[in-house]
Amino acid sequence: MKKGTKRTLKIAAGALAALITVGCMMHMGMPHAHPPAESEFGMGPRRSTSGAYTASIIPNGELAVRKLQTVRVAVADSAGAPVDGATIVVDGGMPQHGHGLPTQPRVTRSLGNGEYLVEGLRFNMGGWWVLSFAVDGSVGSDTITFNLDL
Amino acid sequence: MKRQILVVASGVALAAATAESTEWSTQWADGEVETLASLSLDALEPLPADPTNRYADDPRAAALGRRIFFDTRLSSNGAVSCATCHEPARDFQDGKALAQGVGTTDRRTMPIAGTAYSPFLFWDGRKDSQWSQALGPLESPVEHGGSRAQYAHVIDAGYRAEYEAVFGPLPDLSAVPRTAGPVADPVASAAWASMPESERESVTRVFANIGKAIAAYERTIRHAPSRFDRYVHELTTTGRAPEGVLTDDEVAGARLFIGKAGCINCHNGPLFTDDYFHNTGVPVGRGAPSDIGRHKGAEQVVADEFNCRSTYSDAPSGECPELDYIVLDSDEMVRAFKTPSLRNVAARAPYMHAGQIATLEDVVRHYERAPRSPAGQTELHGLRLSNREIRQLVAFLESLSGPLSAPPSFLHEPR
Repeated sequence: MKKGTKRTLKIAAGALAALITVGCMMHMGMPHAHPPAESEFGMGPRRSTSGAYTASIIPNGELAVRKLQTVRVAVADSAGAPVDGATIVVDGGMPQHGHGLPTQPRVTRSLGNGEYLVEGLRFNMGGWWVLSFAVDGSVGSDTITFNLDL
Repeated sequence: MKRQILVVASGVALAAATAESTEWSTQWADGEVETLASLSLDALEPLPADPTNRYADDPRAAALGRRIFFDTRLSSNGAVSCATCHEPARDFQDGKALAQGVGTTDRRTMPIAGTAYSPFLFWDGRKDSQWSQALGPLESPVEHGGSRAQYAHVIDAGYRAEYEAVFGPLPDLSAVPRTAGPVADPVASAAWASMPESERESVTRVFANIGKAIAAYERTIRHAPSRFDRYVHELTTTGRAPEGVLTDDEVAGARLFIGKAGCINCHNGPLFTDDYFHNTGVPVGRGAPSDIGRHKGAEQVVADEFNCRSTYSDAPSGECPELDYIVLDSDEMVRAFKTPSLRNVAARAPYMHAGQIATLEDVVRHYERAPRSPAGQTELHGLRLSNREIRQLVAFLESLSGPLSAPPSFLHEPR
């Protein structure tokens, strides 16, 4: 199974690779995952897997290692209209290390204008992290995945 | 971004090195200088507040906590105090694979300095504050072996005035059995069950306050600069690598630590710990039972009688974010243990949660080999290190030794 995953990764590229990374490797351990291109990093705006949503992370100051922190995530539909009332599940981890987040961050509040408060986020080490938001909202279910360099 | 800056070479310390290695060993890329600075005590933030302990920064509580810390009356046999395992002269640990109280524990004694910065205490993080941590060993049948009623009586007989000055009036303990608590000992346990709820509550309140006093003392125990800190301080303030502070091997070891060997992944920040839990494939210790570490510790801290959400915590209601966002029931946490600080690590053999590994060299070789874990999955993937590089990493770890700092006389047993 591991070999198959590796082969899949070889033919995948860019954002697709990042998504497979998130889906398959986060909880399995995959030491040789390669980070995507630098252009794939950042806080967005970033498109969801099927293009239903775009989202941006709005940090409260610079993201820091070891600190329990709060960020906002701003979600819009493909036309750019803010999406309120969505259910959002947060996940993430370090594909190169094969581990998930050290906490279980959650959306604790909807702030209006498509913004949501995400509390309980921690990165316990530096390096390439992925952070994903599975959005279930007005235009269906889709996932936005961010690559972050801590 | 990784622009190389040439740090002026110092002739003396490097006299023995070849021309090539001299140049390499004194060059740090600016990103590397930033990384080294992140490990220095200069980068340590001020002591964080402990909202669960309103006495945490009360010097009278710390003075009382210090006396309790060294008091062997807080044990079933009159011979064990906190200092039995946490010896001040040995970085507040005991040098033993498994701690020895009135019996033998399953784990290695951890040092105390800097623990005020940890969101979770113990190798498995089953406690979420210094004060609740301190209460665990007191009622463990193999550590202090006593009970909370016994300890309340010790406070009544020996520390009444000091206690009341900090915590207010002691409850009337005249009807409380000498030995009683929710412990393994059947006599103490039966006595506890026979006490009225209100009496149990007031004894438990005294017990919690004992923990809070000990925590106020432990908070004052800090790390003072090591040679590594002095090196980085000079490097960052003058822009030049100082002479004669670190050897060539130590500098090379620092480069491996933050680079190729990847130690910094988990041993990050000024206390050299990410404050989290990892399965690193450490073998089961001799004489120690199989141990699933954080997987169980996470469940325990959420249910703990003295956690942040408990009635004995001083935290405002609803303000326990470490518990609110804790990872529970995760396969990754099977046999995961806390990343220990590496400050003073060279003086702290044997290593790992049950003292399974005897020397620092063997620890580095463990990371190099990355054996399968006895349970769960190891996070290690193995390293390729030469014998020389292993020696350099060990040399670097030895440069992290430094004294402790605390208020005058706090590093000694009270007279």
